[in-house]
Amino acid sequence: MPDQLTERVLKVIAATQRISPEKVTIDSSFQELGIDSMDGINILFALENEFDITIPDDQAKQIRSIREMVEGIQKLVSQSPGAKAQEQ
Amino acid sequence: MRRVVITGIGAISALGRNAAEFWCALEQGRSGIAPLESPELSTLRFRSGAEVRGYDSTCYFAEKQADYIDRFAQFAVIAAREAVQDAGIEWDQASRESAGIVTGSCVGGQSTEDIGFVELYQRGRPRVNPLTIPRIMGNAGASQISIEFGITGPAYNISTACSSSNHAIGQAYWMVRGGGAEIAITGGSEAIFSMGFLKAWEAMRVVSPDTCRPFSKDRTGMILGEGGAMLVLEPLERALARGARIYAEITGFGMSADASHITQPSAEGAARAMRGALRDADIAAEQVGYINAHGTATQANDPTETAAIRAVFGAHADKLAVSSTKSMHGHALGAAGALEAVATVLALRNGVLPPTANYREPDPECDLDVVPNQSRKADIEVAISNSFAFGGLNAVLAFRKYSP
Repeated sequence: MPDQLTERVLKVIAATQRISPEKVTIDSSFQELGIDSMDGINILFALENEFDITIPDDQAKQIRSIREMVEGIQKLVSQSPGAKAQEQ
Repeated sequence: MRRVVITGIGAISALGRNAAEFWCALEQGRSGIAPLESPELSTLRFRSGAEVRGYDSTCYFAEKQADYIDRFAQFAVIAAREAVQDAGIEWDQASRESAGIVTGSCVGGQSTEDIGFVELYQRGRPRVNPLTIPRIMGNAGASQISIEFGITGPAYNISTACSSSNHAIGQAYWMVRGGGAEIAITGGSEAIFSMGFLKAWEAMRVVSPDTCRPFSKDRTGMILGEGGAMLVLEPLERALARGARIYAEITGFGMSADASHITQPSAEGAARAMRGALRDADIAAEQVGYINAHGTATQANDPTETAAIRAVFGAHADKLAVSSTKSMHGHALGAAGALEAVATVLALRNGVLPPTANYREPDPECDLDVVPNQSRKADIEVAISNSFAFGGLNAVLAFRKYSP
């Protein structure tokens, strides 16, 4: 079972891409989900809103898969100012 | 069909307030890219732009007049005044009626719109300034030029994103060539440095955090610019009859649509526009000596444009000089083609090719002679200028050194 954060990321991808959530797994490729470069940027925007984070351009450029997207979000969320408060 | 020549030029940009300053910077390979002037813009992820720094509208317009004209249309009028004066046009009733104006602007009065929205949504005011509409409309530049000179012939604006002013100049060229106008003022203008619009560019993740390095392997994206540039086009015979100075001849215009993706460029679409311009000019690919590239310095554009140039020019691509002057005046969107037309015309006339500034590292995917960092003396017969827009709308102009 994917953890809660992964599930949220996958949900955002499905909603932004206008495809059914069952189709999106952490191992899906951008290609099989029909995600081109502009779609990718649109998904990052939706993820920034979902998690209230800012994804820097240089990190955005390195993302090649959904797994990398999830890992990147995990990292940014753990670094965000709200993260510590939530842990406590 | 009539031969058409350029008899006047004007430009206001990050490189200076007139065409002479513009050329001086291009020739020196000096970039106008600098940290953004307004402190309000410091929250953006990118910090640089090619702005008309320290611009004061009261140097050009009476206060009341400036109230009615957004910055983008002011740039159009300023460039048109310079081009008309440069061409030595003396207006009379007949010339005013037979003159045409075709401008390009991608977004019109963006900063006026932004101010109105701040009043409405942020400050909670119930109304916006009644001059908002006449200031923001994309045709404001064309309209203000017509009012400025009393020109009563055909006048309109074209909005095709980054190709706007190449489309405009091409249409004006065809209009003069075909007899639809005896003189044309054509080019484009843009003023885009407002928070709402820049935020939208930030979201697209194509703007460089530091500077514009076209065709360089370490390029990090485009740099936005602003300004305006105008050309005066006339039939050759009319120019000769009045003893006008001739900068160069405009000889071809090619257009195409990619019909593929709304933002990803297509080499095939770009190549078709270049071929169209060569065909329209009735010139062989081997005659072209210089290409003023679209050259935005995005990851996608530069290799795609290189592939398109190779497809059109074959082995001759290795004998061509190709430079992107966006490395100096930035990407002024709807004004880009007009600024680059002025650069191309002056390159032909002066026998000097402006460089691609900020270039550092060869990219195997952009393996053309990009005139890195230093201008070069070269006696070129024919040059083309490329514009490829988001939305896949391409427009290419061909110019020729004037010879009787």
